[in-house]
Amino acid sequence: MSEAPARTLMSDAWRSLRFRPDVIVAAVVLVFFLVMAAFPGLFTSTSPRRCVIGDSRLAPQGFGAEHPFGTDSFGCDLLAQLVHGARPSLLLAFVVVGIALVIGITLGVLAAYYLGWVDKLVTRVIEVLLVIPLLLAAMLLLSLFQGVDVGSGTLGTILLPALVLTMFAWMGYARYVRASVLEVKNHDFVTAARALGASDLRIMTRHLLPNAIGPVTALVPTSIAGVIGAEAVLSFLGIGVRPPAISWGLMISNGSEWVTGGHPHLLLYPLACLVVTVLALVVLGDALRDALDPRLAA
Amino acid sequence: MSDVVLEVRDLVKHYPVRRGLILRRTVGAVRAVDGVSLALRRGSTLGVVGESGSGKSTLARVLVGIEEPTSGQVLVDGTDVSTMSRADRRALRRDVQMVFQDPYTSLDPRMSVSEIVGEPFAIHRTIPRGGRDRAVRELLELVGLDPDHANRYPHQFSGGQRQRVGIARALALRPRILVCDEPVSALDVSVQGQVVNLLADLQAELGLSSVFIAHDLAVVRNIADSVAVMYLGRVVEDGPADSVYDGARHPYSQALLSAVPVADPTVRLSDGRGILLEGDPPSPVSPPSGCPFHTRCWLAPTLPEASVPVPEGEEVQARRVPPSCSGEVPLLVGAGGHHAACHFARPLAEVRR
Repeated sequence: MSEAPARTLMSDAWRSLRFRPDVIVAAVVLVFFLVMAAFPGLFTSTSPRRCVIGDSRLAPQGFGAEHPFGTDSFGCDLLAQLVHGARPSLLLAFVVVGIALVIGITLGVLAAYYLGWVDKLVTRVIEVLLVIPLLLAAMLLLSLFQGVDVGSGTLGTILLPALVLTMFAWMGYARYVRASVLEVKNHDFVTAARALGASDLRIMTRHLLPNAIGPVTALVPTSIAGVIGAEAVLSFLGIGVRPPAISWGLMISNGSEWVTGGHPHLLLYPLACLVVTVLALVVLGDALRDALDPRLAA
Repeated sequence: MSDVVLEVRDLVKHYPVRRGLILRRTVGAVRAVDGVSLALRRGSTLGVVGESGSGKSTLARVLVGIEEPTSGQVLVDGTDVSTMSRADRRALRRDVQMVFQDPYTSLDPRMSVSEIVGEPFAIHRTIPRGGRDRAVRELLELVGLDPDHANRYPHQFSGGQRQRVGIARALALRPRILVCDEPVSALDVSVQGQVVNLLADLQAELGLSSVFIAHDLAVVRNIADSVAVMYLGRVVEDGPADSVYDGARHPYSQALLSAVPVADPTVRLSDGRGILLEGDPPSPVSPPSGCPFHTRCWLAPTLPEASVPVPEGEEVQARRVPPSCSGEVPLLVGAGGHHAACHFARPLAEVRR
């Protein structure tokens, strides 16, 4: 049996992923929303800020009409809002989960590898942060910083919610990573690396992390969904992404008021965007985890 | 340079046992290795045998430097390792390498074979990046694997092949001493022979000295020049392999040897050849006084010295052993390089007469 010389883990993963129909669909969906976030102009020419109060709560009119998805309670075009809301929502979610992952994985590996006082410190901090209710802390912190001007760009509008959400998002990763590193580090291959004279850094990055990261990758898609949801709650309370900025979370919280009032589309369209994005991430995350594990890759 | 490449003197490794939730105090110690002295001659193989929990693996881990000894010395080429600088110790790691027991956990499942075997080069930078592939292929060939399989992962190999990968990794840094911690006990019997032969061939080819740890005495006999028998963290008998196998003097070694299966269905262990030991080894946290083996010794109660009168006021024990067995720690004594730590050491034939 001959094999190509340059077979790496990534190329193997790519090979096994690219022919799976569910992966292809999920990737297309995700790319669609990422393009929407990057170039909102491609999807709508209507400004999300041009609101005619007389045209409020119009039912969806179908494509080709002036308001394909109808209008919201202030008479703003729903399609334009959805398209322009993608960027802050996705950016916030990816930034929060990305930074939380880095913090959580680093602290989790360090705690489990060195144990002793490092472990005690990290686990105590995790426990303290876990018992603080997220909403209470977020309300407190965000209202403290309410007066701070952080600019009006996309980054500016999400900066404060991102900071607060990151603060309370990393503990889960840290605990998962710590638990699996504790399990992995007793294997002989770690001892073998140590007997070869490998440095602590090398053991952690080359041996412990790749073997301990599995459970965490499965967490990522759902926590991205969780962040978008949490952002919606914060917006609903008036301390998240604040109007006139737009985000899916803000639209969901605004639209939820009108579900029983005969205008369910105000909730359903942004909710559908959120659900589809999250589903795509879940499928991708699952497939990626399987593909990156050589024991599962056929 | 002396003839001895690796020597341990009075090696002790204790693991503290701690109790208490808030105030963690040390209440005792697991005496995993309790005063072991051994010497490994250049180009020879030292077999270390003993049942589970006798401290064999701990000894191996101290020898390769994964664990620090509690006390005692490890001398490589006559130099005490503990007096070396960090850099020297790092260099020493290259000279003493280890083959692990379980080839299913000793290879990182997320690394390909070429990454596993090439890792020593990446750590010590003995070979520039460009030459590593070639070096890995040579190593795989040396241990009898197809170099074209270098990009496969451990789970795609059988147990014996995995163990070959582990051996290739241990040989990558061209060590002079190889410590094999039960290298074949996790393998099929049919494969064990192949791996043992490979180790023997490599040793001859590369001029290695090796410490071969096993609980299977038949395997050790095939490969070892000298043998040390361990019980409860101590060496109870050591000497040239033939001398120990043919004329074991310690009752524990005699019991171990009598349990080696004979590939002959007409020979049965029960017809007076087998010596059955009762019970489990005592806890290494609180080893018995005197000779550590006296609680399970099959010989001691049969000796005339065991039937001394019991002093007034003391209970008569159901199991009686000579007072010297339970009172004095026997020393490793003997002639011709063959030593046994038993007050009543004698060849089995003499006992059975």
